[in-house]
Amino acid sequence: MDINELSALELGQQIQKKEISVKEAVEASFQKIEEKEPTLNCYVTTDYEGALLQAEAVQDRINRGERMGALAGVPIAVKDNICTKNLRTTCSSKMLYNFVPTYDSEAVTKLKNAGLIILGKTNMDEFGMGSTTETSYYGVTKNPWDITRVPGGSSGGSCAAVAAKETFLALGTDTGGSIRQPSAFCGVTGLKPTYGTVSRYGLIAYGSSLEQIGPIGKNVSDCAALLELIYGRDVKDSTSVVECDASPDGSFMGMLKEDVRGLRIGIPKEFLAEGLNEEVKASVLKAAHGFEENGAIVEEFSLANVSYAIPAYYIIASCEASSNLGRYDGVKYGYRSKEYQGLTDMYRKSRTEGFGTEVKRRIMLGSFALSSGYYEAYYLKALKARTLMKQEFEKAFAKYDLILGPTAPTTAMKLGENLQDPIQMYLGDMDTIFANMTGCPAISIPCGMDSKGLPIGLQLMANCFREDTLIQAAYAYERFSEA
Amino acid sequence: MTKKIDDKTIAYVSTLASLELLPEEKESAKKDLSQMLDFVDCLSQLDTEGVSPMSNVFNEVNVFREDEVVNSDGSEATLHNAPEKKDRYFVVPKTIEP
Repeated sequence: MDINELSALELGQQIQKKEISVKEAVEASFQKIEEKEPTLNCYVTTDYEGALLQAEAVQDRINRGERMGALAGVPIAVKDNICTKNLRTTCSSKMLYNFVPTYDSEAVTKLKNAGLIILGKTNMDEFGMGSTTETSYYGVTKNPWDITRVPGGSSGGSCAAVAAKETFLALGTDTGGSIRQPSAFCGVTGLKPTYGTVSRYGLIAYGSSLEQIGPIGKNVSDCAALLELIYGRDVKDSTSVVECDASPDGSFMGMLKEDVRGLRIGIPKEFLAEGLNEEVKASVLKAAHGFEENGAIVEEFSLANVSYAIPAYYIIASCEASSNLGRYDGVKYGYRSKEYQGLTDMYRKSRTEGFGTEVKRRIMLGSFALSSGYYEAYYLKALKARTLMKQEFEKAFAKYDLILGPTAPTTAMKLGENLQDPIQMYLGDMDTIFANMTGCPAISIPCGMDSKGLPIGLQLMANCFREDTLIQAAYAYERFSEA
Repeated sequence: MTKKIDDKTIAYVSTLASLELLPEEKESAKKDLSQMLDFVDCLSQLDTEGVSPMSNVFNEVNVFREDEVVNSDGSEATLHNAPEKKDRYFVVPKTIEP
């Protein structure tokens, strides 16, 4: 049996039954890492020795008969913007080339308590700013399906690592589609939870009002199991919401039922409009038809003001970034310039040398949009547009349980294709940013291949706190599309 | 609301952003910023009369908790990340002339 072919839950089961040891599972992942990394570059940092130590400790807990969850002993990769104690965390930036966190993020603490084994830190667009993983200071990650293409981003390393079986699971983060779009490009499953339901404590901030940590896995069940672990209120994160404590045990595993009868699904016409690749469109419509055949009610509808979504998103994300990234000054951690005259010059030179082009571009835009005289025309205007989007979605979710569409308008691009044209890159986020702007949960699941042999992603969105509906529908789709 | 980005604006924004741009970077920043502003300028056509701004998707209420110390002294580990340190302090260039 090839261990790497197992799903995370299958592996967890074998570990519980002591058919496979935790060490064997870790060794299997590292064998794959050794084989694939020279080509793919999914990881910024791997931690073989640390993983073996964790494996030993977890195996001891299992052998002592400690009651552990379904994922105990399962290897996982963590995106490099999520703090891991004593394990370097760079955000794929030169700015944090030597940063070693002194504490674990809440999500990682939960993983460790549940006995998951952290293999290493995955590559990303610098500070999460990009949709291709090409803006990383540590080199591009390549798409495992075609190494001349991007894996998507910004969680490109996490998604490519799952696709290449260099890990069983991964944590990603999603500010404007950063879990879902690379999941689509790499043919894996990724879920962005409702805003405020997974603690951001220890997540290095980029767009604080937009971003969430979420699970990436080989299938819906694995993602549900991982989400169940990391979900829940945390007093250390002031944006963590009380609502997630109210859901019954936060049990998502119980939602793995093949039943979509009576489910009301809406497809925004605007998601199928020009710019959408024909093959992607055909696959998505086929998936919609599948839901219909299995008893769901599917119809098209119109979302108002769609064209304002991307501009509003980029203003808000850039403004929050310019503020959040103000902390990098070369004083307490991270990169400090070698030559400078005085304190202010040290700040400026450290930032200028430590940040890459796309990060500087967004800091500049954000600083401009927040500056006196422009604040109202740009930032405040974008926040008002956000209110309108939220209202539009509330209307839609009064009518529908789910909103269905493509995760991205195309399949994976060639390396370098979008890097020179930021606007083109931003337009690619059109299907995903709504979930971030309105806070609702969304999942990307594979829904076929294009004629080049590249995976296509189907996106489902549900109303806030309705991860249960989302998971059930995605799981059902996975089942009936296989049949 | 369309605004031509001139040298003065770029200089001002780089001061705000605490970034230093080389002459050729200034030119491309000018182009970039103008392009991005053109891209987002369509927002001005959206009618937001009477709409309140939303900076958080859920209720915007302050979250308070008691300020209790729950962690121990992590100064040694914290200083380990310092670009420059002396004893138990971060070292920075001199900020006050004697």
